[in-house]
Amino acid sequence: MSGIRIRNGGALTTIQDRGRYGAMAMGFGPSGVMDYKAFRKANALLGNKENEAVLEATLLGPEIEFMEDNCFVLTGADMGATLNGEPVSRYQAVSAAKGSILKLGFAVCGVRAYIAFAGGIKVPEVMGSASTSRKYGLGGLEGRGLIPGDQLPFKCPKKKLRHMERRKITPPDFSGKEWEIRVILGLQSEYFTEEGIKTFFSTPYTVRSESDRMGYRMDGEPVACRETVDIISDGTVGGAIQIPADGKPIILMADRQTTGGYAKLGAVITSDLSLLAQAAPGKRIYFRQVPVEEAQRLLIEEDNRYKRLERRINRWL
Amino acid sequence: MEQISILVAGDSAVTVEFGNCISPEINCRVTGFCESLKESRIKGVVEWVPTFRSVTVFYDPVRISFLKLSEKLQKLAGEMNVTRTGRKRVFYIPVCYEEEYGPDMCHVVEHTGLSRQTIIDLHSGRDYLIYMLGFLPGFAYLGGMDERLRTPRLASPRTRIEAGSVGIGDLQTGIYPLSSPGGWQLIGRTPVRPFDERRQKPILYDAGDYIRFVPISGREYREIEIPCNAGNYKCRIEEI
Repeated sequence: MSGIRIRNGGALTTIQDRGRYGAMAMGFGPSGVMDYKAFRKANALLGNKENEAVLEATLLGPEIEFMEDNCFVLTGADMGATLNGEPVSRYQAVSAAKGSILKLGFAVCGVRAYIAFAGGIKVPEVMGSASTSRKYGLGGLEGRGLIPGDQLPFKCPKKKLRHMERRKITPPDFSGKEWEIRVILGLQSEYFTEEGIKTFFSTPYTVRSESDRMGYRMDGEPVACRETVDIISDGTVGGAIQIPADGKPIILMADRQTTGGYAKLGAVITSDLSLLAQAAPGKRIYFRQVPVEEAQRLLIEEDNRYKRLERRINRWL
Repeated sequence: MEQISILVAGDSAVTVEFGNCISPEINCRVTGFCESLKESRIKGVVEWVPTFRSVTVFYDPVRISFLKLSEKLQKLAGEMNVTRTGRKRVFYIPVCYEEEYGPDMCHVVEHTGLSRQTIIDLHSGRDYLIYMLGFLPGFAYLGGMDERLRTPRLASPRTRIEAGSVGIGDLQTGIYPLSSPGGWQLIGRTPVRPFDERRQKPILYDAGDYIRFVPISGREYREIEIPCNAGNYKCRIEEI
């Protein structure tokens, strides 16, 4: 036996990579990790391939047994993880000996934690991706969340990695009562009144508990539309802000449908979508409008930072 | 050239809109635009989703900016050939309209005042244009159902509908590609799997193709079901 064995799946732990792209025209939502930044950093710290599949834990993390030695990295939400009872740092490479138990608890900060393993886990790809879609029942392990007894073999485990102590970055801050999330106005914004758009950008919204991998539902001042919010169904994007008839925004996330019939006021910028994925129910969000050029500049800067980190780590191979 | 609009859809996509109504003419431009897009191989374009009257184009902003891409797409739309090529691809989908597979046929009979046979004739007697795929993998939004078949959705949606079920929802008709909840009136079922991940092309048809339903008996259904489940059924396709 090799790899890991799931002792407890937690609230919802799935296998995800960047997502299943290239099949949206056929109606496949992309799935994939909700917090892309946490995912990319976890793989970078291990020197893994950029798109190596990881485990995504939600709110209450899993309990995992190592059936052989390997190194791993935890990123994303702080779930008070322990390895054989000892606290484990996030955003840092850690080695685990055969028989070790990695246990994640309730998320104290953030919502989604990621566990990446050196060399990655062996998961068959469906249409070019290992990402789990529970809705379509495909990808990951039988298209479902992990349950006790599941085993995932490693591809090429590493007992130790060079410069373990230097494979470490500062974890992002998921605390704070209020967050600012940046938005690009667009698509069907003309369906809403000037007053409605002003409401959206000036009053706080709170994350509702029904939020999930498909969409984040927000509570707050309703956004007023002109006549109707029904449009002829068209394409959706990650972060798209749909406003149904009740005026309460729904932000589309990784497990979204590819098309939708509600007017979209705009979309959350990609750089902030990862942060939104860590917003727990009750979190207060202020939306701020930014131009598309600014959002794209941020993405390019971010990409350069990832590449620098990846180059630094890969030099040690 | 007719006016097109390019809408900002976040920082990694744009939606190219060809109009604001559902019509075969506009949808034909959508299909034509996708073909041009495929040939153009614009650097940074990742994929695209055609819908009734627009195409959402996904791109990598690290490789191409919004401004640059918009210019290229505008140019592409201006140069594209919108005349129909004249060829249409029709998929013949066998459907059993018997009670066992179409539990709501009686509702449709009652609502439309048509006989069961007339409903089957009207439903299967024409080619439906696939305007777009969405909602679920391989769910085809079909256009052109006979108005006489119009029947409202169920008051309370079913929690589970079998894959292959053929239904009517108001003025629309379609096939459920996988088991899912749904509120359409079910009038039949096809053993053909519009979505089969074992196939090299998991979704049988593309937007812009046509579907024609072919009535079959329960016995035929069970015969065709065997190769369908084994993954080696060859659907009849005609190019006209």
